[in-house]
Amino acid sequence: MTKTINLTLKVWRQKNAGDKGKFETCQARNISTDMSFLEMLDVVNEGLTVDGKEPIAFDHDCREGICGMCGTVVNGRAHGPEKGTTLCQLHMRHFDDGDTIAIEPWRARAFKVLKDLVVDRSALDGIIQAGGYISVNAGGAQDANNLPVPQDKADKAMDAAQCIGCGACVASCPNASAMLFAGAKISHLALLPQGRPEAAKRAWAMVKAMDALGFGNCTNERECEAECPKEISIVNIARMNREYYKAGFFSGEKN
Amino acid sequence: MNWFTDTLGTSIGKKLMMALTGLAFCGFLATHLAGNLTLYVGSEAFLSYAEHLHSLGPLITLAEWSLLTLAIIHVATGLTLFYQNWRSRPVRYSVKKTAGGRTIGSRTMPYTGILLLLFIILHLLNFHFVDKTGTNIWNIVTDTFNSGGYIFIYIIAMIVAAVHVSHGLWSAFQTLGVDHPKYTPFIRGLSIVFSVIIGIGFGFIPIFISISV
Repeated sequence: MTKTINLTLKVWRQKNAGDKGKFETCQARNISTDMSFLEMLDVVNEGLTVDGKEPIAFDHDCREGICGMCGTVVNGRAHGPEKGTTLCQLHMRHFDDGDTIAIEPWRARAFKVLKDLVVDRSALDGIIQAGGYISVNAGGAQDANNLPVPQDKADKAMDAAQCIGCGACVASCPNASAMLFAGAKISHLALLPQGRPEAAKRAWAMVKAMDALGFGNCTNERECEAECPKEISIVNIARMNREYYKAGFFSGEKN
Repeated sequence: MNWFTDTLGTSIGKKLMMALTGLAFCGFLATHLAGNLTLYVGSEAFLSYAEHLHSLGPLITLAEWSLLTLAIIHVATGLTLFYQNWRSRPVRYSVKKTAGGRTIGSRTMPYTGILLLLFIILHLLNFHFVDKTGTNIWNIVTDTFNSGGYIFIYIIAMIVAAVHVSHGLWSAFQTLGVDHPKYTPFIRGLSIVFSVIIGIGFGFIPIFISISV
């Protein structure tokens, strides 16, 4: 027997990027606890549409926790209260009948709200464009073990590469800093032999880009690693710091 | 700009300056406390410590100017970061909860920092920029801690210092890139222990002096 609950939603509504925006209250009735948070919003939107009102705009794509499109701040927590979970994988069984849920978009100077809960996260793309790549052609597949990679390095690189770029680290950071994102991207390439030749250039350029895009400064509050749906550790921020010092003090990189 | 100021000018560069100057202040706190422990022994031990310290002459002047330089870097960079971080989120959340990362120390860092700066100015006015003719530092200390107001201010200031250091010490290591599952738990523990030692070691001086003298 499916359990259903009724909720009161306080949702951020904003017509467009220029609009000031405000909270609006709406009811979510007969919500199955087996639904995901986004499915709950779908049901609410169907009701709004039937009533001739504008549905709530929110970002989503794969709905299986791997694409990084979804994400809002639910009751003050990025991606909601569950640890290591994207919003699409947050299920309504974690809420109780009669709960009031506040839903807000990511808030940061670098992330502009486009409509309701949809934010422009292209600033994260800006950090990647500054150096989050390897600028040689990969060519055909090599024989295995041509480039020896120690298993622990491969594991750490994979841990960092789990970043889906959802922006929860920025949203949850008290300073709206993107250091966990940048740290993960710099780390996952710096740990592998293919990424080493450009490691200094990459660290230097990506940190500069991150600052220019209007993100805040990291003060080691550790909220990012606590909220990251992929549970990426701030060990990656420490590694980025080391890569940055190497680039700034011991390489030819300047300006 | 040259490569050096350019490296220090970014978000990570500013962090590095906070970490290095902050660690230097942790070292200063440790030596300052070691010296001040002579207060618990009595006037003779304390005066002999003060005399030995001042016999260092130019080294003391060098240390004072170094501390002042470090303080200017720490305060100026800290205030810049505080302002930039405040600006980085123009629209605040109406509901914001911690996910468990923040501590009392990390949450209050800029505020405890500003309070400490005000305290240090008062502290220098009390014991450094004071007329020492016809008296000695022991008498100045005991006179100061005759006042309930000063006892209160000094105890509160030491609690504030302990809170500031509890985040600052481990945070400095993280900033320097020293973070590894092997020893990070130890560094985090050390920060708490160090802050408690600072808080208790300094904080009980006014109480001890007011009771024993």
